[in-house]
Amino acid sequence: MTQTFTLDGKAIPFADGQTIIQAALAAGVFIPHLCYHPEFKPHGSCKLCTVKVNGRQTASCTMRAAAGMQVESNTEEINAERRALTQMLFVEGNHFCPSCEKSGDCQLQATAYHLGMMSPHFDHFFPNRPVDASHPELLLDFNRCILCSLCVRASRDVDGKNVFALSGRGIKTHLIVNAKSGRLADTDIALGDKAVQVCPVGVILRKRTGFAVPIGERTYDKAPIAETVAQEGT
Amino acid sequence: MDAPGKKKLKVATTSLAGCFGCHMSFLDIDERLFTLLDYIEFDRSPLTDIKEVSPDCDLGIIEGGLCNAENVHVLREFRKNCKVLVAIGACAVNGGLPAQRNHLPLSTILEEVYHTSPGLANGLIPNDPELPLPLNKVHPIHEVVKIDYFLPGCPPSGDAIWKFLTDLLAGREPELGHGLMHYD
Repeated sequence: MTQTFTLDGKAIPFADGQTIIQAALAAGVFIPHLCYHPEFKPHGSCKLCTVKVNGRQTASCTMRAAAGMQVESNTEEINAERRALTQMLFVEGNHFCPSCEKSGDCQLQATAYHLGMMSPHFDHFFPNRPVDASHPELLLDFNRCILCSLCVRASRDVDGKNVFALSGRGIKTHLIVNAKSGRLADTDIALGDKAVQVCPVGVILRKRTGFAVPIGERTYDKAPIAETVAQEGT
Repeated sequence: MDAPGKKKLKVATTSLAGCFGCHMSFLDIDERLFTLLDYIEFDRSPLTDIKEVSPDCDLGIIEGGLCNAENVHVLREFRKNCKVLVAIGACAVNGGLPAQRNHLPLSTILEEVYHTSPGLANGLIPNDPELPLPLNKVHPIHEVVKIDYFLPGCPPSGDAIWKFLTDLLAGREPELGHGLMHYD
């Protein structure tokens, strides 16, 4: 007999070892997330995927599904908290969508649309984060980093290169490049690397391809992120 | 929308540290402007050239963020005189393009623009008392006064502006939805 748990009143089947978000996405139910990626070990840091399990909040990307669990996700209360977290991500970095070539393909932006984020609400930090344009094929724009660590995990676990790491603690946490100079040009990163593909925002960008797909015809222009992700199961 | 009532709503608009692109987009509602004028009348606005906000404005629409002292003064005048204040466009919402100077010291920017840039040899930094002083950083308007509604976009499309205004005039909570909700 298939095991199930209840997500917003709907029975979701799961296999042993599956997390709540894995089972939900496999069943075509979207739970907002930024640092979760189906191909990588969960990081549990962005907290966008927070749900209530039997009345207590937990990250659905790290919590294993269990039979009979009562899970709440798409509620006004939880979505308001997700929206506040997203607003904090926006004010902590420099997220200027009109001048970002990832606009329309950006998971942070699409998630903010999904959550109905109309304003940043909080005061902006406007941090100083110089870009690294040293690499001939790739640009690193740290202004948009949300510390999801997907590039760190991809470079370490798939590419076997350890090009990226998160350094510092708390509000001072930031993305660094593993080279004596600190410059991307002095690493062995290559265009085909998984680390180059996984950035959910506009930090790791291939040069000279930014507008190959015009604004208005991009991933989340066609359908909102909830539909896009639920269809793909990611 | 309901049939027009007796009293038209008074609407004031302004562009602070913006490019007037949001006002241009407002004009993109095209012939729907005539329908809108059954319900509203314009007070202070670049469209009327009225210089002061009337004290009984119903709706204030602010384009652009705050980059100088005059912007702050005008914003406070709008807040004081408008029942409902709306931030329209990326610059009003988060500072937008002008705020991309924020990681640079103001003195460095003025030096570069007026002294060291090619073609401006021996230029002077303007200091006429008529000119409002620039702020150290560009700020979104919600950091200075209470904003009731936000309409993001660079600019928001004419359709987004129309949807927003018709929702508001009909007494509904404005809702843009997919396709009209854009930060870019």
